[in-house]
Amino acid sequence: MTTPIISFKNFSFQYRAQKRPTLLDINLDILPGERVLIAGPSGSGKSTLGSCINGLIPFSFPGEVTGELTVDGVDAPRAGIFELSAHVGTVLQDPDGQFIGLTVGEDIAFALENACAPQEQMKETVARVAGLVDIESHLESAPHELSGGQKQRVSLAGVMVDQVKVLLFDEPLANLDPAAGRQAIELIDEIQRKTDTTVIIIEHRLEDVLWRSVDRIVLMSEGRIAADMRPDELLSTGLLQAHGIREPLYLTALRYAGVEIAPALRPAGIGTLTLGEAEKEKARAWFQAAPDRAEEAPKPPLLEVKHLSFGYAPEQRTLRDVSFSIGRGEMVAIVGRNGAGKSTLSKLICGFETPESGTMIFDGEDMAGLSIRERASRIGYVMQNPNQMISKTMIYDEVALGIRRRGYTEEQIRERVEQTLRICGLYPFRNWPISALSFGQKKRVTIASVLVMGPQMIILDEPTAGQDFRHYTEIMEFLRGLNAQGVTVVMITHDMHLMLEYTPRALVFSGGTLIADRSAAQVLCDGELVRRAALKETSLFALANRCGVGEPVAFVERFIDADREVRAHGG
Amino acid sequence: MAAKTVLNYLPRRSVVHDLTGTTKLAFFLLFTFAGMLTYDTRVLLGLLLVSLLAFRASRIRVREVRFMLVFMLVFLLMNNFFVFLFNPNQGTEIYGTRHVLLNLPGRFAVTAEELFYLLNITLKYFIALPVAILFISATDPSEFAASLNSIGVSYRVGYSVAIALRYIPDIQRDYHSISQAQQARGVELGKKEPLFTRLKNAAGILLPLILSSLARIDVISNAMELRGFGKNKKRTWYRQRPFARNDYLALVLGALLLALSIVITFYDGNRFYNPFI
Amino acid sequence: MKKNSIKTVVAVGIGAALFFVLGRFVNIPSGIPNTNISVQYAVLGMLASMYGPVAGALIGFIGHTLIDLSWGGAPWWSWVLASTAVGAAVGFLGRKLPISEGVFGKKEIISFAVINVIANAVAWLVIAPVLDIAIYAEPAAKVFAQGAMAAVANSVTAVVIGALLCAAYSKTIAGKGSLDAE
Repeated sequence: MTTPIISFKNFSFQYRAQKRPTLLDINLDILPGERVLIAGPSGSGKSTLGSCINGLIPFSFPGEVTGELTVDGVDAPRAGIFELSAHVGTVLQDPDGQFIGLTVGEDIAFALENACAPQEQMKETVARVAGLVDIESHLESAPHELSGGQKQRVSLAGVMVDQVKVLLFDEPLANLDPAAGRQAIELIDEIQRKTDTTVIIIEHRLEDVLWRSVDRIVLMSEGRIAADMRPDELLSTGLLQAHGIREPLYLTALRYAGVEIAPALRPAGIGTLTLGEAEKEKARAWFQAAPDRAEEAPKPPLLEVKHLSFGYAPEQRTLRDVSFSIGRGEMVAIVGRNGAGKSTLSKLICGFETPESGTMIFDGEDMAGLSIRERASRIGYVMQNPNQMISKTMIYDEVALGIRRRGYTEEQIRERVEQTLRICGLYPFRNWPISALSFGQKKRVTIASVLVMGPQMIILDEPTAGQDFRHYTEIMEFLRGLNAQGVTVVMITHDMHLMLEYTPRALVFSGGTLIADRSAAQVLCDGELVRRAALKETSLFALANRCGVGEPVAFVERFIDADREVRAHGG
Repeated sequence: MAAKTVLNYLPRRSVVHDLTGTTKLAFFLLFTFAGMLTYDTRVLLGLLLVSLLAFRASRIRVREVRFMLVFMLVFLLMNNFFVFLFNPNQGTEIYGTRHVLLNLPGRFAVTAEELFYLLNITLKYFIALPVAILFISATDPSEFAASLNSIGVSYRVGYSVAIALRYIPDIQRDYHSISQAQQARGVELGKKEPLFTRLKNAAGILLPLILSSLARIDVISNAMELRGFGKNKKRTWYRQRPFARNDYLALVLGALLLALSIVITFYDGNRFYNPFI
Repeated sequence: MKKNSIKTVVAVGIGAALFFVLGRFVNIPSGIPNTNISVQYAVLGMLASMYGPVAGALIGFIGHTLIDLSWGGAPWWSWVLASTAVGAAVGFLGRKLPISEGVFGKKEIISFAVINVIANAVAWLVIAPVLDIAIYAEPAAKVFAQGAMAAVANSVTAVVIGALLCAAYSKTIAGKGSLDAE
């Protein structure tokens, strides 16, 4: 029998500032060369588990450890971060926080510099490792000349300069677009095969990780291990949904079609999935049984953008001749890779930047003469990170800020703020300090703080980034509710689930131009669009083809409708 | 704004660029100290000559640094104006004579001594200008940390400088997006607001910036510790370059200049060169 | 202890970057022509109290040097050293302020204010002008007038904005204790 490289024995951990343990009685063995996915909703203890392996716990985040943990023969809770770092390489979630060097080469060399390696050896090692992760042509680049995916490659190279036996990835997909996420998973897979290291991936985006196979999935829930199984087995159970993890879409679709998921179907990946004729027939029948889609009447335009162009520098056009119209009461997604011009578009609409040419008509009125503030009472803008928007310590003050200087009486302000808080489900917390709120609640506060100004439209930048399934659903259902009350909602997003489940229409940007304006289902079934927008083809598309359904787009739409039905009735 | 342009780094091939960062830093310091200590016009003119020659050798064109030049000229003019305004007789006090050139009301008569004194202040600042521009425009920021370390500054402090250069663009970007979102909510910093409101509004914009920066400090220090920063008493540098002949020459020149300027300046026991006696 | 030293290295770097960005790109008119409110001294006051005199001194020194260099001249060392002194003095006098423990009440606000006023007064009324005279032989009247203006402006900024920031920050740390929805 092989000795495990990582071994937890009756291991518990409690943060110093918390009343209850975050990890409880963990028993887990990981063998050399295994690939293990640690999944679980936020707060389940999965990241804490990772921090125990690399030594951040208990050395950087103090607390009380009981039980034993051995990592590559080292007594982890007593060894120290420096000693463990020779055995475990960690790629953190935040690529900007981990990218410390001024250029790629320096950042990769960072650990070697600290170990006082001679320069010749550094140059050699950096060149070799950069080649492994395919970043060798960018050694002189600064971090902001790189995409999120490239920064992550640099981080990976930076930990691989030591001959570590374990590679630990903490939510590697959180900051990447779907295409980069897919490449990251492929790269991890390739590195693992070449070096035979042990790979541990902490992630809640299951379907994306399973793009390449893993040996085991450890499902965490409330500080304990809820399941430790092979992927095919785990996906055949209902444990994932029970613990707030989204199962792969193709499996949800098969379940809707009445197919029983069993390990024999090899459900772990869309590539391995083996469907018999009976299952395919069920899927086709389910598709045929679709109720007719009600054609939605076109909505009168609220925002009309015509021939909009803009560039930060004279020769560089960030946006070129963009025209579209958004109807009153619509819910629209704006997609495209980073740098495609999505954020610039929202800055132009909000008046943060002035267009070179083109017009923007809002509710029949040309916005050219409107100041930032005047626009804000028509169109609210919500930043991706609520912590960058919140400037007060109390919820009430934060929400009231936007209408403070409008000449209302204190009574009128109170009325308006409280009404907004009610709409956002924050009324019970109105006297709380913001620091006591969860991330999702903070997000709501920021939405409330723009809604209070009475906009007819809100633009949200990546509203669901980094959220697990439960928080994602919470935020999106809230936005859907707002939309039902008449607020037009525009979202800049990379989240393909969001597109499929919530926005009937998607605007696709690439290289500063609008390259498509159609339904989310159509976009995600179009290989060319998917590639140019840095998205990923939905697995439903592959499933439709596999089952011999002639019209994949209609199949995806069938799924969306069915899924909405299930959600609406509490599934 | 990219990190390379925080300090307007202009890469190219030249004798000056080929010097190591350490040499340029040391030369820059020796030279500015020489300029700071002396008030001797002859020494100042000599230093100015060296400074201009070095600038020429760097192959950096004046129009590439025009923005800096204009800024410094405006600053110098204003500074001279205030020096004159506050004490038009500083020159006379220093040089001990009084040759009135232009009679203006009150104490504002323009004297040759005052003009000569202002010329010296201007020179004193001006000689440092080309060398300073060279130091920042011909030194790869990646070499800063290593350079500081090799002239005897602790590598931890050197690395602090590297971190500052690395994260300035990120913090600047954060500041812009935060202040735009605040403007949309009517938070202004302009003159229309009363002073106290302006300060309060500034705090409102700064708070999210500070909180996210403090969180960033935690993430970065964890990342650095996981990769062994601070493990040893020393550390090596990926981007450090070995000393060449020219580096030694430049250092000797810098040291000589400093020594010469001290000797010439204080030889007669007076920091000022006095043409009026 | 080792941990703290890495954190200090990073705090100095990020603090200097903040000092630079605020000092270089943020222009808030003070009401007096051609003079701006230097918000960076509020941040310096806060970070120095949190990370101590060495960090404070280095943030002031590195941040101010970088600002001067970015304008294209040699650093105006007398003022750079004054910024250094502000950081060192606030860091030394305010090292016991329990901001990071989430305590910043009336008593702490008063100490913070007094400390910042003392630090800025020493730096701009003594260090900057005396060095200006020593290095540049500028007229005493001019440098003391400039110093007085800087002392007042930077004290006000540090006290008002700095205290608001410290109070808000300490609240985000303070116990999340017993809160009930109403």
